Amino acid sequence: MLELRSVAYRYPGYRRPALDGIDLTVRDGEIVGIVGPNEAGKSTLCLVASVLAPASIGGELTGDVLLDGMSVRGQRPHEIAGRVGIVFGSPTSQLSGITGTVLEEVALGPVNLGLSVAATVARSRAALEALGIESLAERAPDRLSGGQTQLVAIAAMLAMGSRHLVLDEPTAELDPEGRQLVGDALGGLAGSGTAVLIAEQDLGLLSSICTRLVAIDGGRLVFDLPIADGLRDRRLVDLGVARQAVPA
Amino acid sequence: MAVTLPLAVAVALVSIFTQPGGNVLVQIGPLEATLEGLDFAAQVVLRLFVTAAALTLFGMTTAPRAFIVDLERRRFSPRLAFAVGALLETVPLVIARARTVRDAQRARGLYTEGGFLRRVAAIVPLVGPVVIGSLHQVEARSLALDARAFGRPGPRHMLWVPHDSAFERLARWLLILGLAAIAAGVSVGLLPGLP
Repeated sequence: MLELRSVAYRYPGYRRPALDGIDLTVRDGEIVGIVGPNEAGKSTLCLVASVLAPASIGGELTGDVLLDGMSVRGQRPHEIAGRVGIVFGSPTSQLSGITGTVLEEVALGPVNLGLSVAATVARSRAALEALGIESLAERAPDRLSGGQTQLVAIAAMLAMGSRHLVLDEPTAELDPEGRQLVGDALGGLAGSGTAVLIAEQDLGLLSSICTRLVAIDGGRLVFDLPIADGLRDRRLVDLGVARQAVPA
Repeated sequence: MAVTLPLAVAVALVSIFTQPGGNVLVQIGPLEATLEGLDFAAQVVLRLFVTAAALTLFGMTTAPRAFIVDLERRRFSPRLAFAVGALLETVPLVIARARTVRDAQRARGLYTEGGFLRRVAAIVPLVGPVVIGSLHQVEARSLALDARAFGRPGPRHMLWVPHDSAFERLARWLLILGLAAIAAGVSVGLLPGLP
């Protein structure tokens, strides 16, 4: 379970907080979607939920972030790695660029954790299998489609052993087929107990995989509702996230 | 060569016309090209080409992936190994990004053809998007690597190590011994030193 309790976060060099008073819980096996207009704080929320802010990029955090009930405040990125993973919107820029095959790319995290070669290979193959992309194992990472690359990025996080996954607009650069691949993969992960938090503009995708919908604006929570209620909420239109609310 | 040649020409011109000397070859206004300047320019340009040739040879014969793995295997910091490897891989990526930005700017009416001055002027609107885009990419990659425990201290068990044949090891030792012999020869006066 991933929890944010009364979280406020300010980027280094800024006086105004990018997030303020955020309370959010993602239970095991649940997929929670985050929506909001540009500059609402969606990406910042993802960075805070994955503990990269402030651990990696600095800034000031108040409140608390908990993984399975334990606070992770003040921990360094490599101490959190393996407990929560993050996937970004651009498929290519999150791959290391220094590996020759997809298997090596997925294995980079377990290698960094200091696992034995046998354990690294086993974890990496299991992650590829979980996403149904084991056939890509020997392919060069820079020769994949956008959707495949994004799945490799997700597999790289799964191979770390992450049971909490945060995704920041993971389908932003993907075609419909790629979106479908990612959506199916996330549904499968949640089915196996992974807690998934996804910031996404595509309401169609969110409606097909999420259990709850969270809207934020100006760094503050607007609503946190079951997905069907959230999609019908008029405030989505006010925020510019939807052109019209889903009829009741 | 595309980078080295213009740089060499610029360095040569500056060297020829700024080095003081008694043997004036040509005078253009207040500037004098001297024989001493020409000699100095030849040495500088030669060093420039030797350095460029060494870097080119390194780039053409060394796969960044193998280089990084080997540095890590030799207990260098993974961050240092990645920084070196990323540097090797950055040039083609930046060139590709620059082409994309240039094509986008052309589609919006930017002239990138024509004389020297026009080409130089056309670089200005490309610099911002290329640099900022590259910085964004570096930041995203850095965060993604942090999430994969890249900064964790301690040993790693590499999945593979680059092939290192007996011939390659022998060649490396011969190069090191040759370098040591040249240094020794210069220090005792058997070989001419660098001017």
